[in-house]
Amino acid sequence: MLKISKERLNELYEKISEIRCLYIPIKKAGEVNYAVWGEGKEVSLETLKTVKSPKSAFFPQSENLMKFKTEGKNIEIVDVREKLGEKIDERPLVLFGVKACDYKAIEVLDKVFLSDPVDTYYQMRRESTTIVTLACGKPEESCFCKAFGIDATAPQGDVTTWLDENNLYWQANTEKGEALTALVKDLLVEGGEAEVAAQQEAVKVIIDNLPFSNLDLSKFKPENLNELFDAPEWEEMSEACLGCGTCTFVCPTCQCFDIRDVKTRDGIIRFRCWDSCMYSDFTLMAHGNSRTTQMQRFRQRFMHKLVYYPSQNDGLYSCVGCGRCVNKCPQKLNIVKVVKKLGGKAND
Amino acid sequence: MKDVELKMLERAKELLANGEVARVVGWKKGDFCYDPSPAVFETVEELDEFVYDYFCGANLSKYLINICKKEGKTAVFLKPCDTYSFNQLVKEHRINRENVYVIAVECMAKLDIEKMKAQGAEFVMGVEVVDKEVKAFSPYGEKTFYKPDVVLTKCATCEKTHQVKDEEIILHERPARDVNRFAEVEALEAMTEDERFAFWRSQLSKCIRCNACRNVCPACSCVKCVFDNPNSGVAAKANDDKFEEQLFHIIRAFHVAGRCTDCGECSRVCPQNIPLHLLNRKYIKDIDGLYGEYQAGETADGKTPLTSYTEADAEPKDVFGEVK
Repeated sequence: MLKISKERLNELYEKISEIRCLYIPIKKAGEVNYAVWGEGKEVSLETLKTVKSPKSAFFPQSENLMKFKTEGKNIEIVDVREKLGEKIDERPLVLFGVKACDYKAIEVLDKVFLSDPVDTYYQMRRESTTIVTLACGKPEESCFCKAFGIDATAPQGDVTTWLDENNLYWQANTEKGEALTALVKDLLVEGGEAEVAAQQEAVKVIIDNLPFSNLDLSKFKPENLNELFDAPEWEEMSEACLGCGTCTFVCPTCQCFDIRDVKTRDGIIRFRCWDSCMYSDFTLMAHGNSRTTQMQRFRQRFMHKLVYYPSQNDGLYSCVGCGRCVNKCPQKLNIVKVVKKLGGKAND
Repeated sequence: MKDVELKMLERAKELLANGEVARVVGWKKGDFCYDPSPAVFETVEELDEFVYDYFCGANLSKYLINICKKEGKTAVFLKPCDTYSFNQLVKEHRINRENVYVIAVECMAKLDIEKMKAQGAEFVMGVEVVDKEVKAFSPYGEKTFYKPDVVLTKCATCEKTHQVKDEEIILHERPARDVNRFAEVEALEAMTEDERFAFWRSQLSKCIRCNACRNVCPACSCVKCVFDNPNSGVAAKANDDKFEEQLFHIIRAFHVAGRCTDCGECSRVCPQNIPLHLLNRKYIKDIDGLYGEYQAGETADGKTPLTSYTEADAEPKDVFGEVK
């Protein structure tokens, strides 16, 4: 294991940025989100939950897909693929500070975007990226990754790091991780096993005592699909839903998008942007919308996370227990309340 | 606050039991002390989950647009600020006043868990409020906050009083306060144009276009928003840092100008904590200055400055100076 003192982290970011594009939690106007590192940016590794998840590194909220230019009877298709939804540079990406839950969420997204037919926009970014994860030092009451079998003290990734009051501890796990380590090796020194082990032990005690750590998900399986779908409780649970997209946009596993064309001065740009199953025009088709009430939209979101996705992916839930929806829903509706309501007696 | 909650619960039970109302709109308990949700109660049994405490900040008025269309009368608990939204919605014929029984409840300012967390609260499992002191209890120990530092932004400068009620549950006198709700707007006005532009750019570039501000806004009550309507030609789902989102919020503020009651829900619900209420407050301040003081939602009838004409109305020159 290697380590670097906290005071020298800026040197680490600088070194990485020399040949890589460093995407890291940065505080801006009071809120912490993943953004491209640069001189003077305020990095906040201590922040447990960025508002938006790191999924935007591979799946930006808005991105241009292609451009059509017409000249006479010819239509030229122009490749306008961009790295982070904005033209930055050609450096390969280093995604830094990814928590265990968010890392698991990337696995959930991979199964969607990298399955046949492969989404080449996602793939382009995903494959060139080195992921540096960061173990959680102080999970909070809205965290429930343990319920999904995730260990917040030992995330995977190309490099795993741990942060305490003095140092960042560093362990490469893959070839990509070794390559990144080689790049910054002059800044790292040996040591840290004891500190990391102590932190892991202490954090595991916190996790075991978190109120949602033992949520019982056993009821959410394909054979209960109809029963869950028809549950009368959906009406009551969705009553206060505003139909906004907050839960879907802060969610690390939500993956739905819309594709539209926009006319510009020199052609037509086809772009895609995140969509939300909470929206009234979601999956709108010529005949109208397949879900006409907010209850149906609300139900769709949770059934997708807890039943539909797992039924197509060997039981893997598409919730990772990050708890962002628990914190951010304006009216305090969230997946935990759904699991408790429909999940049976074990959750009482 | 517990005594207020018990009194409310008692009334809700009576109203449902004797059939005076078909349902009661209030709040139900969450998993923590700080996450109650708005809720509709149709039976006395359902009221087991009823709660009213320092975290019941949500404005219930907008829910009544749909609920009041249901069969039978609806009772609703409204805080002072909520009654302005209620009146405004009655005025705009979005709520049928006759179908609603309004129970005015005291407020005493609601707490903001995010502010408490930002100031060091961890794992909050309970709170106790005594005057201006907020005690938060957690497995890590007890932490005390100065209440004005941890109330919702919308509560920090609120001087509102109930504008409509069929009955009231007010057990404590609200302490008098000396606040200026336009102080933040004045600070922005005092900036140079460049500083102000930089401020709003930095704030608005955080926008994720989740539409929570619009969907919670009682003044945004269009059945179909133009931005959601594929046939409008201006439907906009993408968040575009360069242009769209900055205009989206300004257009929205213009659209609700003169009807916004300053309920502050837009800023409460913003996941990125953009101080959206400041846009609305700027328009309120300008309307006050150009047309005389006006508070939307004070009454459910009467003329409003931006929808009625008088000869004394502001001319463009009053705003922009003489045009050469």
